[in-house]
Amino acid sequence: MMFSACAAAILITMGMALFRSIKGPSVYDRILAINSFGTLTVILFSVHGFMTERPEFLDLALVYALINFIGTIAVTKFVTYAHMGHPTDDNERGDI
Amino acid sequence: MDMLINIVSWVCIIGGSMFCLVGGLGLIRLPDMFARMHGASLIDTMGIGLILIGLMFQAGFTLITGKLVLILIFVFFTSPTSTYALARAAINGDLVAKVEDNDGSKQEVRSSKT
Repeated sequence: MMFSACAAAILITMGMALFRSIKGPSVYDRILAINSFGTLTVILFSVHGFMTERPEFLDLALVYALINFIGTIAVTKFVTYAHMGHPTDDNERGDI
Repeated sequence: MDMLINIVSWVCIIGGSMFCLVGGLGLIRLPDMFARMHGASLIDTMGIGLILIGLMFQAGFTLITGKLVLILIFVFFTSPTSTYALARAAINGDLVAKVEDNDGSKQEVRSSKT
């Protein structure tokens, strides 16, 4: 019962993040919203595992947290430098 | 004792859900990308922290608790890193922050590129 309420709150929040990712004026708003969406997916996996009494889903949640982090860094770097390599001209801007 | 553990875990889970909802509301309502980052960090720290601690109380001393602790540690380390990288990319990409003075006049602050 309490897990269902928690899952409903997480789903509503995911809808809010999705709204911001569609509407967001700049590309950084969209990246931020998708990052939050990934974190909420990790929580939803965990809560769903406890709700159906099959907590094996926690492995999936752990892997999803890893992929979420790597994906956010990769997309941020791609937006900044327009390619995935090291910065070429302006070393003042650093790597990430 | 069982009752006490259930109550503590439900308080944590409901509190985490409330923090998630408030963070999502901030993600929609706040005026600026740098301000919206505040709402997103609310989800990344208090939301996931309280909900996973509540689930740990439900699981007891098992392997499941170990996995939950791993997820919590990982998110606590990676979330500030990705937020920092995103803020730095936004500053380098000439995103302008909107601020409001004490007398209510709005102005735009262009941060120096350092």
